[in-house]
Amino acid sequence: MKKKYSIFALIKNSLSYHENWQKAWRNPEPKSKYDAVIIGGGGHGLASAYYLAKEHNFKNIAVLEKGWIGGGNTGRNTTIIRSNYLWDASAGLYDHALKIWENLSQELNYNVMFSQRGVMNLAHNQHDVRELKRRTHANRLNGIDCEWLNVEQVKKFCPIINCSPNIRYPVMGSTLQRRAGTARHDAVAWGYARGADAMGVDIIQNCEVKGIKRNGDSVEGIETTKGFIRTKKIGVVAAGHSSVIANMAGIRLPLESKPLQALVSEPIKPIIDTVVMSNAVHAYVSQSDKGELVIGAGTDAYISYTQKGTHEIIEGTLKAILELYPIFSRLRMLRQWGGVVDICPDASPLISKTSIKGLYFNCGWGTGGFKATPGSGHLFAHTIAKDEPHALNASFNINRFVSGDLVDEHGAAAVAH
Amino acid sequence: MFLIKCPFCGERDHSEFSYGGEAHLVRPKQPTELSDDQWAEYLFMRKNIKGLQYERWNHLHGCRRWFNMARDTSNDKIHSVYKIGEKPSK
Ligand SMILES: Cc1cc2nc3c(=O)[nH]c(=O)nc-3n(C[C@H](O)[C@H](O)[C@H](O)COP(=O)(O)OP(=O)(O)OC[C@H]3O[C@@H](n4cnc5c(N)ncnc54)[C@H](O)[C@@H]3O)c2cc1C
Ligand SMILES: [Zn+2]
Repeated sequence: MKKKYSIFALIKNSLSYHENWQKAWRNPEPKSKYDAVIIGGGGHGLASAYYLAKEHNFKNIAVLEKGWIGGGNTGRNTTIIRSNYLWDASAGLYDHALKIWENLSQELNYNVMFSQRGVMNLAHNQHDVRELKRRTHANRLNGIDCEWLNVEQVKKFCPIINCSPNIRYPVMGSTLQRRAGTARHDAVAWGYARGADAMGVDIIQNCEVKGIKRNGDSVEGIETTKGFIRTKKIGVVAAGHSSVIANMAGIRLPLESKPLQALVSEPIKPIIDTVVMSNAVHAYVSQSDKGELVIGAGTDAYISYTQKGTHEIIEGTLKAILELYPIFSRLRMLRQWGGVVDICPDASPLISKTSIKGLYFNCGWGTGGFKATPGSGHLFAHTIAKDEPHALNASFNINRFVSGDLVDEHGAAAVAH
Repeated sequence: MFLIKCPFCGERDHSEFSYGGEAHLVRPKQPTELSDDQWAEYLFMRKNIKGLQYERWNHLHGCRRWFNMARDTSNDKIHSVYKIGEKPSK
């Protein structure tokens, strides 16, 4: 039995110097056979396993992770959560996730530090103004909260933004989604892992998938560094490495994997209590509870699995940050890192069956899937258990690239995080 | 950050170049005769290889000419650079 986290548990454990906390999850060896296996122990994979066990009564399942859980993009992202997407299908998908976020800490008995501090999307030219106003209206029609702020209101809501008309890309207004915000990335992976483990899900770390065994048009099992595992259902949730696993199964996906970078500053006193994103100059910033500014950049243009990215991307982002927030000019940067993000041509994800029976993919989240973690897991579990999509992810199938019914969020999603 | 040896201009910083995706994808001769599946395969589906990949680059801020490159996407090491129409050396 998993012991509940509570104020009483905290007091009790403090008496033994916090040395006797129960392990948050087991460390099992893989069994030879499972009813379903999830490949990839990031937030999306762990959430998928959690909802498979919780809502579909799949108890004999495993999550295989080649490194440690949350060590991929889940632990590398800038944690922006919002649902103000343009198209109806995306609005449905991302707002489904946002609604789960609102109660997630209680549900998991794990503090994911979800903070609805609001997200602004700045407009820097006439075109931005038109696009963002259009998006505000579209959001409202879909029941998603969104406001348009003029320059004075921008200045009032976030005083440190440089609203001078004399800068290279002057601020001409902004959208604001107040229900949007941030959460603690690691806690999301750990909370779902702990919850899934409590229901009997085997979370197997340091276990790399090396091959997918097919019998004609259905799957039979998985070759891993810890031996062969037999299973009839495989859910691949491997982010930047999705194509690598698709190639193992002999299929191709409409994905390209590119480096995306972020960086944090030294910790300072609270100075920005919201999230500000800017598409035109490609920079966005928020402040963590530790006081570090969390700054995100853009992707490099070429395919790379190096988890690095190039210096001029960072340089461009910091130039923009300095013009928008002159007050940051003497801050030092502490750390910089990269992740490998899997991008679809229409900048929307895939939560989909494939031409192979029992093989499912949840990928293509690219630069902006952290916000969708709970909803994505929930809908993917449904898709795997029922062998058909939920109404909310029906549009996000691979077949849209054949039919032409794309969900083009490239321009619409502003900076796509 | 890496250096790219343009077959026409020599070695330059990669920021002078722009990336053109997977190389040697041949445009079908009779698109009207393709099924939707075949057309999608040509337009959207990619190998997205981790490892040695053949790809196209354009020397955008230089001679503005296109060429091919063989690069290992797992470490960004460039194995060879060759002209459009040529086959990779290995
Ligand atoms: C710098 C950066 C900033 C970002 N900012 C935001 C943001 O502000 N807001 C937002 O919503 N999104 C953001 N994102 C995107 C977001 O991080 C991802 O969309 C999301 O975290 C993907 O989660 P995941 O669980 O699918 O992937 P991951 O967390 O990457 O999990 C995939 C897992 O699969 C494992 N795996 C891969 N291959 C194998 C194999 N062969 N065998 C076993 N396991 C394997 C990997 O080790 C990895 O742990 C950002 C991404 C980056 C890199
Ligand atoms: Zn040249």
